[in-house]
Amino acid sequence: MTVPRGLIAGAGLAILFIAGALLSFLWTPYDILTLSIPDRLQPPSAAHWLGTDHLGRDMLSMVMMGARTSIAVALLAVGIGMGLGVPLGLWAAARRGSLLDEVIMRGNDLIFAFPSLVIAILITAVFGAGAMNAIIAIGIFNIPVFARLTRGAALSFWARDFILAARVSGKSPARISVEHILPNIANLMIVQGTIQFSLGILAEAALSYIGLGAQPPMASWGRMLADAQTLVSIAPHVALVPGFAIILLVLGLNLMGDGLRDMLDPRIRVARV
Amino acid sequence: MKHLTALILAGTTAVFATAAAAETNIRVAMQLEPPNLDPTSGAAQAVDSVVYSNIFEGLTRFMSDGSVVPGLAESWEIAADGLTYTFKLRPGVMFHDGTTMDAEDVKFSLDRARAEDSTNAQKALFASIADVTVVDPLTVQLTLSAPNGAMLFNLAWGDAVIVAPESIADIATKPIGTGAFTFTNWVQGDRIEIARNPNYWGTPAAMETATFRFISDPTAAFAAVMAEDVDVFVGFPAPENLPQFEADPRFQVLVGNTEGETILAMNNARAPFDNKLVRQAVAHAIDRQAIIDGAMYGIGTPIGTHFAPHNPDYVDLTGLSNFDPEKSKALLAEAGFADGFTTTLKLPPPSYARRGGEIIAAQLRAVGIQTEIENQEWAQWLETTFKGKDFGLTIVSHTEPMDIGIYANPDYYFGYNNPDLQAMMTTLTSTTDPAARSEMWKQAQTVIAEDFVNAYLFELAVPTVAKAGIEGLWLNQPTAAIDLTGVTWL
Repeated sequence: MTVPRGLIAGAGLAILFIAGALLSFLWTPYDILTLSIPDRLQPPSAAHWLGTDHLGRDMLSMVMMGARTSIAVALLAVGIGMGLGVPLGLWAAARRGSLLDEVIMRGNDLIFAFPSLVIAILITAVFGAGAMNAIIAIGIFNIPVFARLTRGAALSFWARDFILAARVSGKSPARISVEHILPNIANLMIVQGTIQFSLGILAEAALSYIGLGAQPPMASWGRMLADAQTLVSIAPHVALVPGFAIILLVLGLNLMGDGLRDMLDPRIRVARV
Repeated sequence: MKHLTALILAGTTAVFATAAAAETNIRVAMQLEPPNLDPTSGAAQAVDSVVYSNIFEGLTRFMSDGSVVPGLAESWEIAADGLTYTFKLRPGVMFHDGTTMDAEDVKFSLDRARAEDSTNAQKALFASIADVTVVDPLTVQLTLSAPNGAMLFNLAWGDAVIVAPESIADIATKPIGTGAFTFTNWVQGDRIEIARNPNYWGTPAAMETATFRFISDPTAAFAAVMAEDVDVFVGFPAPENLPQFEADPRFQVLVGNTEGETILAMNNARAPFDNKLVRQAVAHAIDRQAIIDGAMYGIGTPIGTHFAPHNPDYVDLTGLSNFDPEKSKALLAEAGFADGFTTTLKLPPPSYARRGGEIIAAQLRAVGIQTEIENQEWAQWLETTFKGKDFGLTIVSHTEPMDIGIYANPDYYFGYNNPDLQAMMTTLTSTTDPAARSEMWKQAQTVIAEDFVNAYLFELAVPTVAKAGIEGLWLNQPTAAIDLTGVTWL
């Protein structure tokens, strides 16, 4: 089996940012908590590879710290979505056609029907701005995505012979779901997880752009963009750097998601063969 | 060929005609839209920006340099005991609805403002007035309960303008005053239009019409000025863009004073800021110049107390709380916070607060004080921080003129309770001798600076960006006002 080229490029980009985020725990080129007003808005140079921002902070360090925030928020949000969505989907599939199935799926429809960013704004407005509330807000909207996908995929398996065999052997629906269905739909979940992860990065950037995400002094790409708004014509790099950081990471994750789907999705695999 | 020339000529004339017509119109932008147009019942500064002097006038009025000059009152006499003010009104002044402005209207306006059920935002201005009597249609007498040296100053505020009983019901949406402009139209959320008052008592305005637009987003403000969608932007929200306008021959930039003392307010009623040593430590941890440079791109004057530096009675006390992190750390240790402490820092939307807050947080962190920053919208800030007093630190600009009196109010949000200062302020109000008043202003400034009530940062500057060729705009903002009565195009 060949590894798709997109997957390599995408994974490369994603790993670059993840490595930068992990490295920021140990080391950044400069301390972003120390401001240096006289050094502000410097274009990229040998001392500051990506230049400095409006408060004289090193942009490379800011991007690394911002990557940490973005990745942490998106990862936890996807975690919430998967952690709650997948079991709900499996449960609904196991009890397909029952009242419980109806309740779970209509509940999901309800969340789906709300414009996600508006609800995210509502949540952060009521409970206060901050990274934690951004995680919860984004996480909630990941639940129906995973629940629906899981239920749909699981339903197709419930009609298969090997599941029938398991049922005949007396296994409970819960056990069948975990032992037989979950492993078979894991591929799908990984692919969807990657895509949701990239959407989470965008959502976090959007929330912090309007001031509802991570609060200063935590660095965040969205807020870096918001801060750069009036400076675009004076020092374009302050807007371009966080902008490209978001583009590249999201592009990387999307390429990775597509690549993984090509590799892992059984239907596409069969078609290729 | 003849036809063509004629056409070209006609075309040129038309072009010139529009150009000439444009010179009596002006489009003014400001950040916030006023919630209503009644300056006498609400605190919103945006109301005064539109109506002050343009639509409404008071007995006295402010000039751009902060001086108080006669307005609707031509002259006045103050009795030797300081308790009776006799105002001689200008003859022949008419409201925009054609009714005459006389002593009855003055009595009505002042009685309405100081009434028990009045919603005037600055009722304190009128507190010392005991009675208003009409002597004859052009003479009105104010009797005070105690001498008040600031009476003429108080009457110049937008909150003390003269209104008519006939038009008071609709004042919020259809303001009728005596000013050089009449209100014509308000498209809510978009613009307010005013037009020249042909029956004005004084020098008529040079502008035939003026339009106020409201642009709160700094990026949109920049775009609107650059695209010449507006002729003037008063209170331009992004100081970082000013050098670009300065370098552009199409524009002029005026940077004027305001009455806005920008302070890092400390919750004096709550630990640890109830300890003077802690407040002093905070004051010494702050590098004012770094904040002015970082948040305001260099515009603003450092202050060391709650008083406007352009006022002749200002005392420069910045040395008392100079930037000295070592001293700050020593003071913290002395107060029992050798390892520092954590507090909250609530930031309202303006860039002086949001950007300044990040800089202050970094400066405080350097001496061991950790801050949890919370960015708040104005409504939220007013509710929880200002009224609810739920904060450790906050940054805000106090834009009312001569407002050091707020330190005599123990219920004010920063919770400063000093009976000596309260007594001093009471004496000051009843003192009319200018020299004695000046001395007391200075004393009060020193008292609050020595008590380190708040950390005093800088006097807010107001940048106005205008097209080159516009003259007569106010440079300074002694009160919130965009006075267009003297504005002309070159």
